[in-house]
Amino acid sequence: MKELSLTGELTKGFFAQNPLFVAVLGNCPALAVTTAVNNGLAMGVAVIFVMVCSNIIISLIRNIVPKEVRIPCYIVVIAAFVTIVELVMKAYMPPEINESLGIFIPLIVVNCIIMYRAEVFASQNSLLRSAVDGLGMGIGFTIALVILSSIREVMGAGTIFGIRVAESYQPASVMIMAPGAFLVLGLLLAYFNWRKLQRGEKV
Amino acid sequence: MSNAQEKVLLVTTSPHIRGPEDIPRVMWTVVGALAPAGLVGVYLFGYYALFIVILSVLAAVLTEAVIQKYLLGQPVSVKDGSAVITGILLAYILPPGVPWYIPIVGAIFAIAIVKHAFGGLGNNIWNPALAARAFLQVAYPAPINSDWRVLKQGGIFSNITGVDSITQASPLFKEFGGKTYNYTDLLTGNVPGCIGETSAIALILGGLYLIYRGYVDWRVPAGYIATVFILAKFLPAKIEAPWANDPIYHVLAGGLMLGAFFMATDMVTSPLTKKGLLVFGIGCGVLTTLIRFYAAYPEGVCYSILLMNTATPIIDRYTQPRLLGQGKK
Repeated sequence: MKELSLTGELTKGFFAQNPLFVAVLGNCPALAVTTAVNNGLAMGVAVIFVMVCSNIIISLIRNIVPKEVRIPCYIVVIAAFVTIVELVMKAYMPPEINESLGIFIPLIVVNCIIMYRAEVFASQNSLLRSAVDGLGMGIGFTIALVILSSIREVMGAGTIFGIRVAESYQPASVMIMAPGAFLVLGLLLAYFNWRKLQRGEKV
Repeated sequence: MSNAQEKVLLVTTSPHIRGPEDIPRVMWTVVGALAPAGLVGVYLFGYYALFIVILSVLAAVLTEAVIQKYLLGQPVSVKDGSAVITGILLAYILPPGVPWYIPIVGAIFAIAIVKHAFGGLGNNIWNPALAARAFLQVAYPAPINSDWRVLKQGGIFSNITGVDSITQASPLFKEFGGKTYNYTDLLTGNVPGCIGETSAIALILGGLYLIYRGYVDWRVPAGYIATVFILAKFLPAKIEAPWANDPIYHVLAGGLMLGAFFMATDMVTSPLTKKGLLVFGIGCGVLTTLIRFYAAYPEGVCYSILLMNTATPIIDRYTQPRLLGQGKK
């Protein structure tokens, strides 16, 4: 694989290699927390922070960690940053966002997007490239969460960022329930694949 | 056919017989067979029911035309009547007093997501109208689940959404406050229910005509209705209503006739083999009775057909007829 420029490393995660829409990773938080844009955004920011920091540390220790125990080492590193995020969020975020994110913040420890970037990228690349990669992938995941959650919030609750969109609109409550999550994610995946097919790319 | 004519040499396997049947003919015949039940519905529930049917059909046809023309760039095939049928069937399984946006949302969901997102006519996994109804049931639970009304005095000029109507328990309502209806009312349709499901006699007539024309295989409705009849008689019901183990009541009430003759028999979403069709009908009957007897919902026709639609590929796989000379496995 040829080396990308630094901007290339950053932007590849936005759409071309988007962790949710292309790699279809991190479905569990993506389906569970995207009932409102606020939640999706908070989750995305938490993942960006953890991913950048863990990528930096894992890139630094990549040559001294024995191959056999690398996964436990990555998890310890990731868990440290997740703990920081969790405590900070508990201290400064509005309680209702904390409540709706709930267990999914601690679960970032085993988020497969972070493990995936640690395993395939940060453990084989330099510090700067790993940090940029983590930032790009985190932003890509956040973009995906915001798209998903804004569609679901507008259709399912009739609001966006908690503000009412139209008085006369009758919200379809199914969209903020689990079936709506699967439906919107499935349709978005279908849409992105369809766009690719139209451009003549392989899906 | 346009694709075939473009080719200079058309090579296909036998048989090469051309019948007069094509998709438009089948579809418009089904529309005709559905008409009596709709007319009864409009007579019983007033002009608002007609308004819901028209709205649903228009939304289905428009959605199909827009998707084919602007999204997929295909020739627009709304004249074949399949979108019209989806629109009619969807309206038939909605309560007569639903707000105007419900048939529109449902028709868009049925055509855009259940039908065209899965590849269009012939490729959908579920019956579009039923899947849309299931979607509406979770999307707008209040008007779909609890708003059962009848007109105080029948007649097309009465308004079901206003003072001309009274709320009444539907025939299959199984909790306290339920009401038992007599067989005559269930046959003619003079009971609260969805627009096109109440009149058993109109649905049976339309269904028998389709069986006579050969568009519907008798195995599905026969297997379905017989299974419900037998299970309703002998299965211990957890319902405290006088009709709990009355098999005739179970067969006539609710959406069973509409489901058995017009929904479960959908050519696209039911099995291909004769044995498979019988299995499909019996499966629908078992699930319907189980939902009616033991689940929270009063009616199980919609979900049982959707579940059996999902099982259709498996049924097809295990009921394949043995080829001549293949021998036994």
